Amino acid sequence: MDLYTRRLLINRFNLVVSLLTMLFGLFWLGWILFTLFKAGLGGLSAKLFLEMTPPPGSDGGLLNAIMGSLLMGAAGTLLGTPVGIMAGIYLAEFGNRGWLAPVTRFISDILLSAPSIVVGLFIYEAYVVRVGHFSGWAGAFALALIVVPVVIRTTENMLRLVPDSLREAAAALGAPQWKVIVLVTVRAAKAGIITGILLAIARISGETAPLLFTALNNQFWTSNMNAPMANLPVVIFQFAMSPYEDWHKLAWAGALLITLSVLALNVFARVFFRSRTATY
Amino acid sequence: MSAVVNPLQGQAQADLAAFMSRSISDASLRKQHRLDQLFRHATRLFAFLVLALLAGILIALLVGSLSSMRTFGFGFFVSAEWNPVTEQFGALVPIVGTLTTSAIALLIGIPVSFGIALFLTELSPKWLRRPLGTAIELLAAIPSIIYGMWGLFVFAPVFASHVQPFLNSTLGAVPIVGVLFQGPPMGIGVLTAGIILAIMVIPFIASVTRDVFEIVPAVLKESAYALGSTTWEVVWHVVLPYTKVGVVGGIMLGLGRALGETMAVTFVIGNAHRLSASLMEPGNSIASALANEFTEAVGDLYLSALIELGLVLFFITFVVLALSKLLLLRLARREGRMT
Repeated sequence: MDLYTRRLLINRFNLVVSLLTMLFGLFWLGWILFTLFKAGLGGLSAKLFLEMTPPPGSDGGLLNAIMGSLLMGAAGTLLGTPVGIMAGIYLAEFGNRGWLAPVTRFISDILLSAPSIVVGLFIYEAYVVRVGHFSGWAGAFALALIVVPVVIRTTENMLRLVPDSLREAAAALGAPQWKVIVLVTVRAAKAGIITGILLAIARISGETAPLLFTALNNQFWTSNMNAPMANLPVVIFQFAMSPYEDWHKLAWAGALLITLSVLALNVFARVFFRSRTATY
Repeated sequence: MSAVVNPLQGQAQADLAAFMSRSISDASLRKQHRLDQLFRHATRLFAFLVLALLAGILIALLVGSLSSMRTFGFGFFVSAEWNPVTEQFGALVPIVGTLTTSAIALLIGIPVSFGIALFLTELSPKWLRRPLGTAIELLAAIPSIIYGMWGLFVFAPVFASHVQPFLNSTLGAVPIVGVLFQGPPMGIGVLTAGIILAIMVIPFIASVTRDVFEIVPAVLKESAYALGSTTWEVVWHVVLPYTKVGVVGGIMLGLGRALGETMAVTFVIGNAHRLSASLMEPGNSIASALANEFTEAVGDLYLSALIELGLVLFFITFVVLALSKLLLLRLARREGRMT
């Protein structure tokens, strides 16, 4: 075989392998989604949203878990987002001098990928032990800690995309710096920042590990954030690990519900961002 | 300026002057300046908060693990015994489990991610790039508990009935490495956890690799093509050397994810505090030990030992992620210099 044929064949072979790896990746996505629909679709009914989590052997829904997830997710987002946006503003607008900004950026990026179970441990040590009981607030705090680095990252990136000429134009009109930032830069980067918040919400809706030892679980309805609180991921974990067939069914329905909302949020965030940024 | 002033105009001018001086009076300037300062300090405070968070995590974990550190000392890291009844705790099994599962994940994940990045940057038709890239990124968006459930109920049985017997009879028969693949085909175990982790880290490594492949200057690639290189040769001899640092950064990012992954591993690893040579046997990882035992742990020493496990995990992932970040920064800096 001469050199040219050999190089050609190596090239063909490797490109085919590359195509196969792509299919390999898509294959798992397809398989997981297929499983979720097959096992979970049967459980998706009005009951799921209207009844509480049942004891083994009787049927019920996931209402308390869904409500708990929504409550803690909302509280976590509301607590974490302002912190993330403010720190992001610091990094993008004031972070050109000094040591604080590069160090913060570095730490925030590490926290972004740090194991979420450690966040749960931290809240357990810092809050749960001190108050003496598991609670919805503890869960919300843990989720807020996961929201912060996601929002910091996107806020900073989006603010950096705003051209300096906008800032200079506002400053030339005599606007003080805080007005330039709040009324001009942040407003120009609004679509991107909202996208970041949406992605953060998507990220925390599926988080299980940080809730295990903060919010724990609750078989009953509660809207008291100071008591242990049911939430979808932990209920799914408990039900899936149990030996009961009807609990498994509910777990699959819950899993389908979470996955669909997370994927929908992700896709929506992308589409939203693209449609809003295409204008300038 | 004007020599002739009629009274009315003079009045208007005076009004204007008064208005001007009011709006940019010293007081107003000072107020805006104060607001500026306030705003800057407020944002800086929140930046500090992030640092305080890290310090808080470290301190909380350190304080929590004090009693375990005092009791077991360095022996904690080399002892394989984990016995809540006699209160003897050693972290060797979970640490080994965490490292092994992550190593398996990288072994499978790196080549696949490279292939995907190659496909997305060089092979795929333009209109397919975005949908395919999004599909791979959605793989990262699926919550880890879903991977765990799917792994336990769907993947593990298939793996046990089709793949493991095959591995047993082929790789298991090979001397030396064979011992890794011998064992009962139960479906769950270290190998299964590693494979599921691989699927989970592929999107992270693949998207970083794709991003750094895209920054290679077109001139470099075109020169190689002009000299008669094939696509593969361009990628292997031009693109990869140019982006080496960034690719390694992406791999470290994936490794950081794999080390700390909790739920997916907890479902399929088997949660046995036992050290075995075979990858098919159940094992344990740091994160899954925490997820399984923490809420049921009785006794301060037990809790403290678990918290020390958490500290070890945080330390390992911190180092790996810091390395990843440094490598990616280095690539970004070089990129900045060249353009």
